[in-house]
Amino acid sequence: MDKGTWTVKTGLAQMLKGGVIMDVTTAEQAKIAEDAGACAVMALERVPSDIRATGGVARMADPTVIKAIMEAVTIPVMAKCRIGHFVEAQVLQSLGVDYIDESEVLTPADESHHVWKYDFKVPFVCGCRDLGEALRRIGEGAAMIRTKGEAGTGNIVEAVRHMRAVMDGIRKLQHMPEDELMSEAKAMGAPFELVQEVHRSGRLPVVNFAAGGVATPADAALMMQLGADGVFVGSGIFKSSDPGLMAKAIVKATTHYQDAGIIAEVSKGLGTAMPGLDVKTIPEDELLASRGW
Amino acid sequence: MLMRRVGVLALQGDFAEHIAVLHRLEVEAVPVRLPSELNGVGGLIIPGGESTTIGKLMREYQLTEALNGLIAEGIPLLGTCAGMVMLASRISGMDQQSLGAMDIEVKRNAFGRQVDSFESDLDIPVLGQPPFHAVFIRAPVIESVGDGVEILARLADGSPVAARQNNLVATAFHPEIPHDLRFHKYFLSFVDRKLEAKAA
Repeated sequence: MDKGTWTVKTGLAQMLKGGVIMDVTTAEQAKIAEDAGACAVMALERVPSDIRATGGVARMADPTVIKAIMEAVTIPVMAKCRIGHFVEAQVLQSLGVDYIDESEVLTPADESHHVWKYDFKVPFVCGCRDLGEALRRIGEGAAMIRTKGEAGTGNIVEAVRHMRAVMDGIRKLQHMPEDELMSEAKAMGAPFELVQEVHRSGRLPVVNFAAGGVATPADAALMMQLGADGVFVGSGIFKSSDPGLMAKAIVKATTHYQDAGIIAEVSKGLGTAMPGLDVKTIPEDELLASRGW
Repeated sequence: MLMRRVGVLALQGDFAEHIAVLHRLEVEAVPVRLPSELNGVGGLIIPGGESTTIGKLMREYQLTEALNGLIAEGIPLLGTCAGMVMLASRISGMDQQSLGAMDIEVKRNAFGRQVDSFESDLDIPVLGQPPFHAVFIRAPVIESVGDGVEILARLADGSPVAARQNNLVATAFHPEIPHDLRFHKYFLSFVDRKLEAKAA
């Protein structure tokens, strides 16, 4: 019986595909998410839009909050550690969370190094803005990837930019002659073996979700049509006027992402989506996506 | 040879992995999200994923009735992990709804959380040798079975992790993940038999 293997780490992400992972801050919210059909929840102290509004240093959530959420639901529970904060990751592993998100939504603990994820039995998901960043994180042991988008904005524009960049990078590598791969790996700053693997398979070696700015059922379906394997929704559920209804609608739109009739049906009468932010109005040093490299 | 078309429930989970295995076996695979997509399928697979999510979407889009209708006609159905939970008639300690088609009681997340997920070689007599490399992810286990249910595989401690009742086959592990096609071939033998019986 081998535990904590690459196969079981990437395997859990495979089971989450086609689903919606929702940010929750209490056991009650976790129940609402599970009842709406979430395939997993992300346990947090504050959703990203509140983290953005509050400012200061954002850290791993209080273990009491995480434990309460783990006890409330039967679906997988994820939790976030700061970039490079391997002790927060050790704590989350000891709590028994099912996945760790090494996340730019929290304030980075290390500006040069991410967590060496092979040291852990629990799998990690990491954010990326393009293929090079995705492959660097996979090279460090991330078993699942998500776009960074721009969390807490309710604005899908950055997630679209990042998903298109990843997909474009894959298509480019796939059609590149073999003798150009080394130079491309150097330019991308990505591990050569992973560049070769993407060239051969035409896909990322791990599951890739969309995250950062998903606020409506149509946003979720847009990301799925652009090639996401599933969707994270942060502030978009519990900052909307009717979280239960919005959560159900986003779950249905993610499953039926190619069926505009169903997306239209579930988009009716949802109330107000979370208030959005124009990413261009955010000062550069407050952008979350540029945290990590 | 008869044209084999197998529907794979594509509401949530690793349905693409099952479809890839079916394609390698040169079987037509149809992703199923709505009842109308079940037309003409000779077999069905319910994949791994989150059983709560899959169950809710099945009920919302009238797939529960449609699947129960096909099961009553004897369609071969393979349920893996969450798919096994969906087939079970009893789920320990929970009032979760399922299709209830197989006379088995299952316990969800029976081995603990993700850090307890594991891989292990299993002796599966119906597949012969060598052992089948099985991947268990937050896996359920079979706690009890009724008459007429054949246990296909057990862990070293004796826990049943695969079973068959007539044309219904369930596994706690994920035969769609390793590169071993034998379990799907075993399941397809029931699809073939059913098609031959229909043709005759």
